[in-house]
Amino acid sequence: MNFIDNPGKLRGFEKHIRVEKVSRRSILKGLGVTGGFVLAAPVMSRQAFAYETGAGKMPHGVVVDPRVFVAVAPDGTVTILAHRAEMGTGVRTSLPLIVAEEMEADWSRVKVEQAHGDEVKFGNQDTDGSRSTRHYLIPMRQIGASARTMLEQAAAKRWGVPATEVKAVNHEVVHSASGRKLGFGELAADAAKESVPAIEGLKLKDPKDFRYLGKGQVGIVDLHDITTGKARYGADVRLPGMKYAVIARPPVTGGKLVSFDPDAALKVPGVEKVMQARGWPWPSKFQPLGGVAVIARNTGAAIKGRDALKLTWDDGANGKYDSVAYRKELEEASRKPGLVVRQEGDADAALKGADKVVVGEYYLPHLAHVSMEPPVAVADVKGDKAEIWAPVQSPGGTREDVAKTLGIPEDNVTVNVTLLGGGFGRKSKCDFALEAALLSKELGAPVKVQWTREDDLHHDFLHTVSVERIEAGLDKSGKVIAWRHRSVAPTIASTFAAGANHAAPFELGMGLVDMPFEIANISCENPEAAAFTRIGWFRSVSNIPRAFAVQSMVGEIAHATGRDQKETLLALIGSPRIVKPAVKDMWNYGEPYDSYPIDTARLRKVVELVAEKGEWGRQVPKGHGLGIAVHRSFVSYIATIVEVAIDEKGKLSVPRVDTAIDCGTYVNPERIASQIEGAAIMGLSLAKYGAVTFKDGKVEQKNFDDFQVIRMDESPGVTNVYIVPPGPDTPPSGVGEPGVPPFAPALMNAIFAAAGKRIRSLPLGKQLEA
Amino acid sequence: MIKVKINGQEQSWDGDPDLPLLWFLRDEAGLTGTKFGCGQALCGACTVIVDKEAVRSCITSINDVAGREVTTIEGLHPNGDHPVQKAWRQVNVPQCGFCQAGQIMQAAALLMENPKPSHDQIREAMAGNICRCGCYQRIENAVHLASTGV
Ligand code: FES
Ligand code: FES
Repeated sequence: MNFIDNPGKLRGFEKHIRVEKVSRRSILKGLGVTGGFVLAAPVMSRQAFAYETGAGKMPHGVVVDPRVFVAVAPDGTVTILAHRAEMGTGVRTSLPLIVAEEMEADWSRVKVEQAHGDEVKFGNQDTDGSRSTRHYLIPMRQIGASARTMLEQAAAKRWGVPATEVKAVNHEVVHSASGRKLGFGELAADAAKESVPAIEGLKLKDPKDFRYLGKGQVGIVDLHDITTGKARYGADVRLPGMKYAVIARPPVTGGKLVSFDPDAALKVPGVEKVMQARGWPWPSKFQPLGGVAVIARNTGAAIKGRDALKLTWDDGANGKYDSVAYRKELEEASRKPGLVVRQEGDADAALKGADKVVVGEYYLPHLAHVSMEPPVAVADVKGDKAEIWAPVQSPGGTREDVAKTLGIPEDNVTVNVTLLGGGFGRKSKCDFALEAALLSKELGAPVKVQWTREDDLHHDFLHTVSVERIEAGLDKSGKVIAWRHRSVAPTIASTFAAGANHAAPFELGMGLVDMPFEIANISCENPEAAAFTRIGWFRSVSNIPRAFAVQSMVGEIAHATGRDQKETLLALIGSPRIVKPAVKDMWNYGEPYDSYPIDTARLRKVVELVAEKGEWGRQVPKGHGLGIAVHRSFVSYIATIVEVAIDEKGKLSVPRVDTAIDCGTYVNPERIASQIEGAAIMGLSLAKYGAVTFKDGKVEQKNFDDFQVIRMDESPGVTNVYIVPPGPDTPPSGVGEPGVPPFAPALMNAIFAAAGKRIRSLPLGKQLEA
Repeated sequence: MIKVKINGQEQSWDGDPDLPLLWFLRDEAGLTGTKFGCGQALCGACTVIVDKEAVRSCITSINDVAGREVTTIEGLHPNGDHPVQKAWRQVNVPQCGFCQAGQIMQAAALLMENPKPSHDQIREAMAGNICRCGCYQRIENAVHLASTGV
């Protein structure tokens, strides 16, 4: 079975990991890197798929070319390029593993190399949107199958037998009729001369022969390096003659430097220079905010120097941003009609005629990403050439933006992608790399720009702040006949264009217009909301507020009708069906709707699975309660049950979490489990503590003492993960983000069950202690 | 001139005596395994072992460790096979991995002091080390595994 009951107990990963030291030269002799071989990117044909994905529509699409992604050295070492960024999801393991599977490489003889940013060469590299496995399962299989075919053809030629008589098996090609065998290394040089087979004719492995895919028995490729301190993150890059910099940025978004006095800073031992850093007016996408940079011989000196700076700022118009006042504005907007973004039936009339109307107004504050590694980048700009080393989710975008910012051709920019110490969407924005590039250019030396945690909190591209108001009209039997959802929140589009006041289509498609309940009269509205700081993607984005509101409302309806939460939820989901999109061109995570429709049978299935495995309805001790929630996001289906315990003083703990995920065909269930375990922690963090607030335009929180996240002593007692076995042709779907949205509403439904108190405003904070 | 032994090697420093050990290790000595996560002793990413105790190198000055012995993740075991490191690999603990050096050093210090910690003792001793990716369940299992023999 594919269920993972206790992934923490898996043993024996180590033997699968071997980090080979292969000199570059031996790779260069191998398959794939011979000079004139790189062709214009063959973007894969649509027909080659059992299903279609949106991969081909991403900027630069997909490249299926074994010569770009695979190299076989004469000693048999197979090097596979990882072209997506590793931020903790396991993608640097999972995608190369697909190639290794399909080419019959022995994973213990595979070395993974990170691709630099070059989307023409590698295809889209924007590691975001929970897309990597979804978009690359088939292409990586095709790349592996091509490489295998080339090795088989080379062996067949050597032996003078038809290619149909030979077969690659575990790192060698075998001719069973004669009992002859040749290792991949022995075939490397000849295989490199074979032409790349047409995608259409490739024979992919029968899934029943898979050795690695769907098994979850390999450790992550960086495991040894991470546990010994050798893994290289952005901050770990050191270049000869490199300077260390920190920057004092305008405390208010859109603020400007008026004057600065560098004298005291220059007296700090180790400080070498104080200089102005170029900034752009707000909003300007990912361009730096500017300010004053302190350059030193080490980071400690640079920080101390910055503390000694005397700075005067002009805060500008956003100096008025105040979270308490802004919340009132959002609440008021949510109580008045707004832009209608979805309409079915007549929700107004049905609400008026309803027997009972349940109203929930939910507030969710700004959140900061606080990835463990604060933003950091190293740049070395010489003349019209730039080289960057940085933990970026989007190396292609970074390359483009560095080129534009420095005014040099993109071909002159090299972006080396280090490991990311967490990303969660923050590192999709390359402002920190642009800062380093600009400083290096001006200094004429390599420089590292290190953000402190305070910088990270003060200058994040924050998760939005929102009020979600839902009115549900019930008839006499308790059936929901009307649903009005108003969602008010500053939009991410405001970071790209001044005056963007309504949600972008992709934001509407995250839990608002795609809401799957079977209700006759539905109205979704999106009243205006202005932004006063930089808004950006945060793991699962608008799904957080939408799932929170919708799934909390399910709990409220269950209470109002005296029914079980799970039964209420299933009744609202309604019959198993393919939901017809309620709006034209509904954003569907960039995927074609035919391949990835809203399938309520799958939605019901995860609810039923988690209820069964998670023992929904079990007797819990006094002070405990169970809550359930389900949400489809990133075209995956996830349901979570949370058990809470609340003591006499109102102190909350979480003894148990159960989550069921249907992410279609999957690659590495072990990493799926780790993502879901992590999503429970992130969900609990945001539900219990998460809030970034503004006063006088400035972020009030500074560090992990006032922007708290869950620590081990508060983490769930146990988190169980259940993965739905996919159907034969179920396309793969997202994993990195969708675990987050159902957690907070499941928690609040559990709190209601335990204590009878409905929490509608996040974070929980001390609300239970009052 | 401040002298300090790091991973068995004598090192010296004649710059600012207040320089946090973290930045000496990372930027001056090139030992980048120790990470910066908060600079305020709030996250544990910078944890090293001084003599036999886990300390946060971000708030410990180089002067504070003069004449003492500092062990970083690079020096925990010559081949990276300390029981804690082995347990970590068996459980496949890390996600992004950035907090893990600090977690491992904290766990190693815990086991030096208390070779058989209980469930609650593990959760308490490790509470100073934040993992934003949320690997706590596996960290807990790995510490337990290390304490019972890998
Ligand atoms: S960096 Fe030292 S505790 Fe966070
Ligand atoms: S593994 Fe990413 S912070 Fe712990």
